[in-house]
Amino acid sequence: MVYADNAATTKMSKIAVSAMLPYIENFWGNPSSLYSFGQKAAEALVCAREKIAACICASPSEIYFTSGGSESDNQAIISAAKIGARKNKKHIISSSFEHHAVLHTLKKLEKDGFEIELLDVHVNGVINPQQVADSIREDTCLVTVMFANNEIGTVQPIAEIGGVCRARKIPFHTDAVQAAGHIPIDVQKQNIDMLSISAHKFHGPKGVGVLYARKNIPLTNLIEGGAQEKGKRGGTENVPAIIGMAAALEEACANMEENNRKILRLRNKIIGGLKKIPHSALNGDGEKRLPGNVSFCFEGIEGESLLLLLDDRGICASSGSACTSGSLDPSHVLLAIGRPHEIAHGSLRLSLDENNSEDDAEKILQVVPEVVDYLRSMSPLWKDKLIGKREFLLPE
Amino acid sequence: MALYSEKVMDHFRHPRNVGSIENADGIGEVGNGKCGDIMKMYLKIDDDVVSDVKFETFGCGSAIASSSMATEMIKGKPLTEVLQLTNKAVAEALDGLPVHKLHCSVLAEEAIKAAVQDYYDKRNRD
Repeated sequence: MVYADNAATTKMSKIAVSAMLPYIENFWGNPSSLYSFGQKAAEALVCAREKIAACICASPSEIYFTSGGSESDNQAIISAAKIGARKNKKHIISSSFEHHAVLHTLKKLEKDGFEIELLDVHVNGVINPQQVADSIREDTCLVTVMFANNEIGTVQPIAEIGGVCRARKIPFHTDAVQAAGHIPIDVQKQNIDMLSISAHKFHGPKGVGVLYARKNIPLTNLIEGGAQEKGKRGGTENVPAIIGMAAALEEACANMEENNRKILRLRNKIIGGLKKIPHSALNGDGEKRLPGNVSFCFEGIEGESLLLLLDDRGICASSGSACTSGSLDPSHVLLAIGRPHEIAHGSLRLSLDENNSEDDAEKILQVVPEVVDYLRSMSPLWKDKLIGKREFLLPE
Repeated sequence: MALYSEKVMDHFRHPRNVGSIENADGIGEVGNGKCGDIMKMYLKIDDDVVSDVKFETFGCGSAIASSSMATEMIKGKPLTEVLQLTNKAVAEALDGLPVHKLHCSVLAEEAIKAAVQDYYDKRNRD
């Protein structure tokens, strides 16, 4: 099997698994318990917090463990909104291609009287920091822009956006779920006030994540309960998962350069090969993108049937077609970069990691063009384009 | 994938009657690119019986499977019977479709009815 859906989830690293096992089998005490057996787990949490803080240049007291990226996004946004509302500042700036964990939270705030401004992400899927500067108002209470997009992989100028926000004293949150462990994060240099991380995107376990919140940023609870996480997130900590997350992030950051050299070579080879398919197009900026992201649109075919046939040939991939999203509209990300509906339906995302091989790339480059050809051969839309009855939307 | 029944996957992987018919007696095309599915049916009709049928589909797995199944259900059938075909019958013949995919079977029914209508329209013109 060729697994090329690492933006969806990743295989757990052996180091992470072996770091977790003792905290499942032996040291299963509650870290809130006073006796030494419980404190053994508490010590491991301290260590995990330190490791994670070090990976993003934060201080351990600024790390809050959560159930994952979505919870972190929710808490960051709700917290900033709450402070804003108190000062009658109800304007939030974000982008049109955020993850739904951000967009749906903003939608909810809109119903509560907040004004949400979603910045245009342009054809290349990259925001210009000047857009943020131009949109900031007296009543802006938060800027939230994702570090790297989950579908088209484009990386945003986070340090610059953060700089704009810092100068105007506006809290800046970034959803770094796709970035953490894959590209360098430095919350100091990049002027980040809040940041969301999900462990299973960098070979850690599912159901665990981090919200980084700078010291002076007050958080609002989403979950009330005990005194865990300085009272900001109730519930007994998922100790093994947190240990696994810390081990995985440490490993990913230590091997980042070496991994990326390999991944970039494979990615560029695949992009180069798929570009040869007539009437296809790479989605998002060619340079400012995650090392493992390949995102294409193929004219005249539909993404779900493409994925099913790739699955039959042993390739796991993803698509932004409506049929895979469970709604009538194709991916909001592809629409945000200006792809027409028809083209957005024919999208394919391959997301690679360091476990992918040259053979995987070869197989992808052999199978994808064959499957695209086959689906086009039965597509009345494609046929109409060939005979000039309909116009091609993507260049040859 | 457990999303679809074995029958849907069989018709998706090995679609029956794919292609077009030159000088077809009736052609029906429904759906649009914006919504992500277009179905086109070609009918050859002799003595008011569907003697041959082909389809072309741009769409998801269940759209392709629904087209394929629908062609099998009408091949060799008199037009009176063909016009009785319902989307429900197509979906049932496929051992069911997920709720959000039922519109694929609707498209299949509509494409066939459009092709029969086209045949009647042409005949009336001649």
